[in-house]
Amino acid sequence: MTLRGKSDSNSDEESNISSEHAPCDWDLVIKPRNAWWNFQLTEVWRYRDLLWLFVRRDFVSVYKQTILGPIWFFAQPLLTTTMFTVVFSGIAKIPTDGIPPMLFYLAGTTPWNYFSACLNKTSTTFITNAAIFGKVYFPRLISPLSVVISTLIQFGIQFILFLVFLIYYQNVGADISPDLLQIIFLTPPLLVLMGLLGLGTGIIISSLTTKYRDLTFLIGFGVQLAMYATPVIYPLSSVPQQHRWLILSNPMSSIIETFRSIFLGGEIPWHGLAISTSITLIILFVGVLMFNKVEKTFMDTV
Amino acid sequence: MGSVIDVRSVSKQYRLGQVGTGTLAHDLNRWWHKIRSREDPYLKIGESNDRASKGKSKYSWALRNISFQVDQGEVLGIIGKNGAGKSTLLKVLSRVTSPTEGSIGVKGRIASLLEVGTGFHPELSGKENIFLNGAILGMSKTEITSKFDEIVDFSGCERYIDTPVKRYSSGMYVRLAFAVAAHLEPEILIVDEVLAVGDAEFQNKCLGKMQSVAGSGRTVIFVSHNMASISRLTNRCLLMQHGELNFDGPTSTAIESYLKSSRERSRNLTDISEVPRPPGCNHAASFLQIGFESEVTIFRIGQDIQLRTLIKANARVSRLRFQITVFSSDATPVGTSCSSDEFDLSQEEEFQAIVRLPTPRLAPGNYYCDVALLAGHSSEKGAVFDVVPEALHFEIESRPLGTDKVSHWNSAWGSVCFSDLIVRSQD
Repeated sequence: MTLRGKSDSNSDEESNISSEHAPCDWDLVIKPRNAWWNFQLTEVWRYRDLLWLFVRRDFVSVYKQTILGPIWFFAQPLLTTTMFTVVFSGIAKIPTDGIPPMLFYLAGTTPWNYFSACLNKTSTTFITNAAIFGKVYFPRLISPLSVVISTLIQFGIQFILFLVFLIYYQNVGADISPDLLQIIFLTPPLLVLMGLLGLGTGIIISSLTTKYRDLTFLIGFGVQLAMYATPVIYPLSSVPQQHRWLILSNPMSSIIETFRSIFLGGEIPWHGLAISTSITLIILFVGVLMFNKVEKTFMDTV
Repeated sequence: MGSVIDVRSVSKQYRLGQVGTGTLAHDLNRWWHKIRSREDPYLKIGESNDRASKGKSKYSWALRNISFQVDQGEVLGIIGKNGAGKSTLLKVLSRVTSPTEGSIGVKGRIASLLEVGTGFHPELSGKENIFLNGAILGMSKTEITSKFDEIVDFSGCERYIDTPVKRYSSGMYVRLAFAVAAHLEPEILIVDEVLAVGDAEFQNKCLGKMQSVAGSGRTVIFVSHNMASISRLTNRCLLMQHGELNFDGPTSTAIESYLKSSRERSRNLTDISEVPRPPGCNHAASFLQIGFESEVTIFRIGQDIQLRTLIKANARVSRLRFQITVFSSDATPVGTSCSSDEFDLSQEEEFQAIVRLPTPRLAPGNYYCDVALLAGHSSEKGAVFDVVPEALHFEIESRPLGTDKVSHWNSAWGSVCFSDLIVRSQD
């Protein structure tokens, strides 16, 4: 063990300044910044057990909080769709393409709620997890990922509600034609797409909110407004042809339309779906980039 | 070369206050000034970043040019005053935040314990939290499963393992959390001052565990204010001061130099004239300043504790006496002592006194004392002139010295360490 005084260590620094740590000699090199292309996806994979434990934690904590816990997931879409039926169908007389309004709105709000929950929850990743992020390292991406997965539980409950209505309306002979094959093969990819879109947008916002808290106010009503820019309470067919591109530039539009088509019948907008997928991937890419940049220093700005 | 951590001229800069971190509106305003080539409205130009110009500069270097290496199997201690940069260094090492400059090379997996029970969820049971906490600290599920029994055993919480941790006592909570961390098997373990909580028996157990971790060829970095555990556990120590590495070498030298620097601070008398006083004092005489006469605030068992104080008589007082009441850090009163000497002061007279509390035989631990000025004839009304609650804090060190055979004091034994028992055979 060598005894080193202060002046000694200064001379040490000078000799070290030029020599960077070569990554090959070390398992890990901690530097001020990561290379922008370093997505750390291998790290995320290594911590996959943590991902599932977070999902489990979210589930258990929601379930344990109240006896009514999961019932609220039923109550919320039931009350909103009833309200939509009264206001948009009953009073405003917005057409629903001949589909029973209640079912039409449920088919829109069920996927939309999943997307908006993903977006809302992931957009506060850094702020809500500041305490734990400040004390221990794990790939930060685990947190928003776990949110996207655990929100599926909420979706599942609302989806069951939707299916109950679907079966009921089919039995009373409403004009709907669910395509079982498409339901089985298209629902999972649609969910993944929505989850990734919510995740991408959410982590972009969460990266920005560490510095700009103002954005949290925006997101609150922004998501609500975005629902009206998405064909949730109206069919795309009711939008005038010349304005349709505007609605379709929203990647959620084609997803909601597709969801409705496979359960209630109609054309699947393949073209729009392809555009949505590309936009989703771009947003996700930008999101992960920004997220990785912010996660290194957010503890100093949050 | 056997070094597993190589820190090369690492610096960490923080911006002070709200500057630069403001809201979107601030940044837009800044940008608006910028395109009109005006001065940044939130940043005064021309101020140096010198740390010495305290209160003026917008930046502070929490770490400045830190370089050191740690060899495999070494136990490295880090000491320094509050705000010296110890925790920041650990945060950088454990990747919670990134350095502003410099780089660190690491070989092997790092697990850091900057806080006990990070990520514990109050609603989950002890068992579920073991898995969650273990995963947060970087263990895989299979690893935790294989260690599960050992962890429960170490924590001593077996009976409550299926109870939600929100019902745990704080001690149990800490035990469980440390147990998880202690059974991590990382190549490098980083421990911040987490052992301060928990009872003496458990602290001892933790220190032993850390020793055995180091013995098995793994590396430990340990931050503490407790010089006894530092000297017990480490051979080499870093002394941090104002964000800089002040000393790197043998633990005994580092501790000596640390205590010397804390002496400089304590020699100054503290102004306590503004400290709020409890009701019931008539303030005919009051304390102005107080400080320890000795150079350190850490005492040995049985060592005299001497204070130096400056008092002032606001009116003519007679038969003034001093009183010191000692409390242990959990606010339990330990004892009190009153001066038998009495003093008379005329109005406006200032009086400097050295007050000695002889051989208090306090047990190892942290204490504070209230000081009071009383009138000798305490039966009269208005007998209390002045009381300063929590005037001074001090520590009794737990290193075994002389005849004190007990190296680790069990808090259940109370706060007074009597003189050695005298045992004779009866014949």
